Amino acid sequence: MDALPDHMRPERSFQGFILALQRFWAEQGCVILQPYDMEMGAGTFHPATTLRALGPKPWNAAYVQPSRRPKDGRYGENPNRLQHYYQFQVIMKPSPPNLQELYLKSLAAIGIDSAVHDIRFVEDDWESPTLGAWGLGWECWCDGMEVSQFTYFQQVAGVECAPVSGELTYGLERLAMYVQGVDRVYDLNFNGREGAEKVTYGDVFLQAEQEYSRHNFEHADTAMLFEQFRMAEEACRKYLNAGWREGDNQKEHLMALPAYDQCIKASHVFNLLDARGVISVTERQSYIARVRDLAKACGEAWIHTETGRAA
Amino acid sequence: MPDLLLELFSEEIPARMQAKAADDLRRMVTDKLVAEGLVYEGAKAFATPRRLALTVHGIPARQPDLKEERRGPRVGGPEPAIQGFLKATGLASISEAKIQHDKKGDFYIALIEKPGRAAIDVIAEMLPVIIRTFPWPKSMRWGARSAKSGSLVWVRPLHAITATFGLETEEPDVVPFEVDGIRAGQTTYGHRFMAPGAISVRRFEDYEAKLKAAKVILDPQARKDIILEDAKELAFAQGLELVEDQVLLDEVSGLVEWPVVMMGSFEKEFLAIPDEVIRATIRNNQKCFVVKDPKTGKLTNKFVLTANIEAPDDGKTIVAGNERVIRPRLSDAKFFYETDLKTKLEDRLPKFEQIVFHEKLGTQAERIKRIERLAAEIAPLVGADVEKTKRAARLAKADLLTEVVGEFPELQGLMGKYYALAQGEDASVAAASEEHWKPQGPTDRVPTDPVSVAVALADKLDTLVGFWAINEKPTGSKDPYALRRAALGVIRLILEGQHRQALASLFKSSYLLHLLRIQKGDVLVFLPAEGKEGHASITSHFAEDHNFRKEFDFSKPALVCISKDKNETERQTEDSVTFTLKGLDPYYEIIDELPPYDRLRSDLLAFFADRLKVQLREQGARHDLVDAVFSLGGQDDLLLVVRRVEALGKFLDSDDGKNLLAGTKRASNILAIEEKKDKRTFDGAPDAALYKLGEEKALAAAIDQVKREASAAVAKEDFAAAMSAMAKLRPAVDAFFDKVKVNDDDPKVRENRLKLLNEIRAATRAVADFSKIEG
Repeated sequence: MDALPDHMRPERSFQGFILALQRFWAEQGCVILQPYDMEMGAGTFHPATTLRALGPKPWNAAYVQPSRRPKDGRYGENPNRLQHYYQFQVIMKPSPPNLQELYLKSLAAIGIDSAVHDIRFVEDDWESPTLGAWGLGWECWCDGMEVSQFTYFQQVAGVECAPVSGELTYGLERLAMYVQGVDRVYDLNFNGREGAEKVTYGDVFLQAEQEYSRHNFEHADTAMLFEQFRMAEEACRKYLNAGWREGDNQKEHLMALPAYDQCIKASHVFNLLDARGVISVTERQSYIARVRDLAKACGEAWIHTETGRAA
Repeated sequence: MPDLLLELFSEEIPARMQAKAADDLRRMVTDKLVAEGLVYEGAKAFATPRRLALTVHGIPARQPDLKEERRGPRVGGPEPAIQGFLKATGLASISEAKIQHDKKGDFYIALIEKPGRAAIDVIAEMLPVIIRTFPWPKSMRWGARSAKSGSLVWVRPLHAITATFGLETEEPDVVPFEVDGIRAGQTTYGHRFMAPGAISVRRFEDYEAKLKAAKVILDPQARKDIILEDAKELAFAQGLELVEDQVLLDEVSGLVEWPVVMMGSFEKEFLAIPDEVIRATIRNNQKCFVVKDPKTGKLTNKFVLTANIEAPDDGKTIVAGNERVIRPRLSDAKFFYETDLKTKLEDRLPKFEQIVFHEKLGTQAERIKRIERLAAEIAPLVGADVEKTKRAARLAKADLLTEVVGEFPELQGLMGKYYALAQGEDASVAAASEEHWKPQGPTDRVPTDPVSVAVALADKLDTLVGFWAINEKPTGSKDPYALRRAALGVIRLILEGQHRQALASLFKSSYLLHLLRIQKGDVLVFLPAEGKEGHASITSHFAEDHNFRKEFDFSKPALVCISKDKNETERQTEDSVTFTLKGLDPYYEIIDELPPYDRLRSDLLAFFADRLKVQLREQGARHDLVDAVFSLGGQDDLLLVVRRVEALGKFLDSDDGKNLLAGTKRASNILAIEEKKDKRTFDGAPDAALYKLGEEKALAAAIDQVKREASAAVAKEDFAAAMSAMAKLRPAVDAFFDKVKVNDDDPKVRENRLKLLNEIRAATRAVADFSKIEG
């Protein structure tokens, strides 16, 4: 690797940290994507993971995805809880035999040396009821701290994964805090500069955390959100229905991606409603089931598209 | 004889699955070896986070040869049958078969000799099957092969298989097999970080030693010993004491191949949090042990962590990292605890109105109200103060809604106690928060404070009666609401507290409370009024001064009705006027029926009898004696049942008891035969005028005397005396059977004698139903 200027070193700057990860995974043959342009609760929702995990064609990608967790807002007052944070997501299909080794090397690339740090793979079975997905894997611990999720997808959007993808999710803020040695997320050095030039995570996001916490808990318009949920659900169904075609010798689908966008939308609107506390315990299950039904229908459509189907 | 070494090397196996997996591997391989005629000398299995290993020693090199005789068709039988027989047995012609003669004629017999195969070939055949059918609780597919169906599933990706077979003195052979592209060999790998290179192994002895040299301790027990010893040592060196935790030790030993134990610390200010909260935080989230001061018994600000590596900086970075993680965790816990203290327990109660306990049994708030009422009724019976009991019942579950319990459900009850004490509740009231959950199982402590006992009984009885009322009883192995445990809890509370209590009266109160709950808005519950053509609203039972109290007919179902007329609802609930309900009533529509209380009572009592039997059997008592007592009917005072069973057991150990039992059995057998013959029973008093022999008269007199004395003794609850009285029956019964022929030629005399026999049976029922006693 070329000698990095100090301000770009992963242990000095948040952006350098992200770039180091991107560079590492680019070298492993991943396409480096940019964040998906929709609000979502986790990087897994990105169609580059959810949909591309389906079907037989190989796929290796990595990207940063802003994750919105409306309920986790703390008005900027909690040192490590945020309603908006970054996940770094890697998906490799089929899962390569040395994925664990690659993961450990990626940690080395961001300054975590496994000779000095105690890295552990601790059982954590992953399940997303909204995505109709599950997999087996671990949470990866570094000196007792959970820093990543490592999952072998077995099923996504109700479809069996064949072949299985390996998915890695890094909690970027938490990892960077560890590497930079700060205890408060807002104290992270964002750009790696010092003195007047220094920009912190707080400079970039503190006000947003305060504003969105107010929005998420107090002001988000619930009547409008209920309506948006209904509309997204309806639009998703409409696009799915409109997308089916009889192909040469099989059924094919021509609009899986736009339909899936509506599923992402419905999921986020549900999270907002949940944060506003207007969904009862019993209703909650039924909303989750409604999003899952959309995800499954999108998965079914996707495996009948050019990219999603066999050869 | 040769030994087998097998290792399955994979990505990290969940700690909780390792012990059982090792055991399953040993069992599956050795069972199959034995089934194949390969009787081995010994076997042992091991697990680490990355491998399952098995050594089997003393396996014969070959299977024994098998000789088998196979019977064929009859001599002279049809040609196709003979051809088929030749084909099946591999004989060249029928002349090679022997002929055997038996009752049915002459048959061909083929003598088949099957030479034993080399053990290594048998093993090579069985291992792939075992690996493919291994019973992991959860397994997965991975990699390029998972594109096709039928690819191998394992707990996590399986990377290598080591399998060797051979004599100690020779270079062993690799067992030749392959599973889904993984070929067995003799290469394994050392510690993931400290010695990741390939290692060539020959047999178990060098395998275990080479792994150790490559920083892997194969034996889980050895890892546990190291962790425990080192952890104790570290604590001791500072004058402290490790808080031992077997479950945590098991888990931690399954997370490391090379345990390195170190001590870290946290800020002393966190010691203001209750010890149990600190321990739960550090244990559940960080899988670390806590340390206490042996002088005070309180936790100190230290913790013990187990790393998987020896780091060049002696673990300074690892300790510092763990301390950095534990700090915010404890900080959260402290915040939760302090936040909880700001809200009084009773102020949390309204929230229970939103929480459904069970769809058919209402909300938690309704349940708490029921428990409070029932506990108040139980309080005087167990010597508890009624007001304190009501307060305790009201607050006992409030901690369910606290932040700390939300985070650490296992602290429920305990936190309630802390919060209750902090808000100045009476000590008994506070203790009930924790104690009313007990006993949780056969070995858990039983509360003794009367307030706790009353709330614990009310809580469990409300659960049992409620689920019985909605017909959600345990079946077979399914007991989702832990009703068996609840019943055992009631039994232990009553027996160990020596409380005299007729269970049925509590069942009834609980049943009525459940009915009362159902009644709200325009839904009303009516019970048939006793001896009248009509029904009365359930509220009348609870209106202390009302006439209808206790005048319900509990043999009939309760009716759940919806009122069609609002005014009528108000009139009925206020006045509880008896009226006729026939489904045609203009004001009410019947929407549901609940099981009659009488049926619920007998079902639930039978359930308690079963639980009591299990409990007594575990203590070595005879379960048939429990049946003999419950069979008398109306036995709902568990303490008396047990005393009766004890007295009965002693009596039956004596000669008098054994002989009397034999006599009553004989009487019962004769009666059973004659009753069947005559198709009638012989109830009713015998006629003294028909006695012909002295022994008859003597027996009749003895029965009269014994009945009187035994009943009197039972009334005084002196069961030992009742049994002694019973013993007096024995000589008369013996003499009767010695001298008297029951089936006299005079039918009247015969009938009278059978009636007398029936009286023996009746007399013994003063203490137990002897027909239920075995032997």
